[in-house]
Amino acid sequence: MKLFLGVEVIVLMLGLLVAVIRTSKAPALFPIRMLAAVYCDFFRGVPVILLVYLVGFGIPALDLEGVPKDPIILAGIALSLAYSSYVAEVYRAGIASIHPSQTDAGLATGLTRFQTLRFVVVPQAVRRVRPPLLNDFISLQKDVALVSVLGISEAFRIAQVEAASTFNYTPLIAAALLYLAVTFPMARILDHITAREQINS
Amino acid sequence: MSGNAVIEIQGVTKAFGEREVLGGIDLTLREHEAIALIGASGSGKSTLLRCIDLLVEIDDGDILLDGEVITDPSVNPVEVRRKLGFVFQAFNLFPHMSVIENVTLGSVRAQGAGKKEARERGRALLERFGLGGREDDKPDQLSGGQQQRVALCRALSVQPRALLLDEVTSALDPELVGDVLDAVRDLKQEGMTMIIATHEMSFAREVADEVAFLHEGKIIEQGSPEMILAEPERPETQKFLRRLLAAGRI
Repeated sequence: MKLFLGVEVIVLMLGLLVAVIRTSKAPALFPIRMLAAVYCDFFRGVPVILLVYLVGFGIPALDLEGVPKDPIILAGIALSLAYSSYVAEVYRAGIASIHPSQTDAGLATGLTRFQTLRFVVVPQAVRRVRPPLLNDFISLQKDVALVSVLGISEAFRIAQVEAASTFNYTPLIAAALLYLAVTFPMARILDHITAREQINS
Repeated sequence: MSGNAVIEIQGVTKAFGEREVLGGIDLTLREHEAIALIGASGSGKSTLLRCIDLLVEIDDGDILLDGEVITDPSVNPVEVRRKLGFVFQAFNLFPHMSVIENVTLGSVRAQGAGKKEARERGRALLERFGLGGREDDKPDQLSGGQQQRVALCRALSVQPRALLLDEVTSALDPELVGDVLDAVRDLKQEGMTMIIATHEMSFAREVADEVAFLHEGKIIEQGSPEMILAEPERPETQKFLRRLLAAGRI
């Protein structure tokens, strides 16, 4: 759970950064724009489980100085990389959906391009993409189960071991309920926020 | 008509791809003066205003603000825009912000004014344009005419050198046009310098010191409202005014 929350925060920030870079227009930013595009294509194209494997076993195997070896951290890095690329695309769709006249208005009000993005475009974009963001949020929460391949004990892993030793599958159901206990309230809370905002406007 | 030149437009051209939108515009706007830009849709009125606010890059020519060339690449467009106020045809208010936030965003973020001070000034502006008590509403809770007056307050909040008004009544229901025009009329009486792109000929006649008729990206006739609107010389202007007359717009 701690792993999931940490990763989610990183994903939301990194994803936004990548999206903002990808939607920038300045010619000088072309190299990092390209880098951001490659980043998205790459990490979206690789199965998450493979990425967890690669980072989880590959990085310690390189035996580099100062590189974390804690499997939880490594799993967190792998999940952050994968999910930021999905979330970046969600943000990007949101930013693209804001009419250019809003940018004009921001600039005409005397804001810089960055301020226009920060105060005018991104707040509206984030509001618009909240449902798909939640989708990725839930899917990340479930993919935390993948870290079990690194030998980390999380709910699914523990349930599996338990079921295998007793031939009783109740622990798996318990694990499923555990996941639902997190995702279900999250969905309802978001629905509630969205509904309240619609009433307000 | 002898005040200092605030905005000078010299030989400005602009093309979007193959299509020439501005074909060499010359125009001078003096202090406390209001110029009405008239002309058919697509004649280049909006583009010209957007060029002045540096929202669109010009191809050739110069635009000067208080004697300084602002279309030079070395000029920071943000600094220029902070000296000009722009009001859009479709209001373009920030829908996620309250009315007062819309009006104070520029002074707080662009000019670094204190939040409290900006709020007080914003409140006074809103009050003045008949929007007292609506500070905390969201833009979509207001009528079109009210929204456009908020947009006017937003443009005025940075105390601009000149106002650029881009067909500010074209998106409004007829019965709401009057409020917005009254507001502009007040500003003119106070000595605000402005360029007004408009389809409202009676308004142009009343408020503008000078009328410029744009046709296919060129100013082909320019002069006092009485002259241009009553006795235009060019056949294009005559035709344009006849059409408006036929449509009951004069």
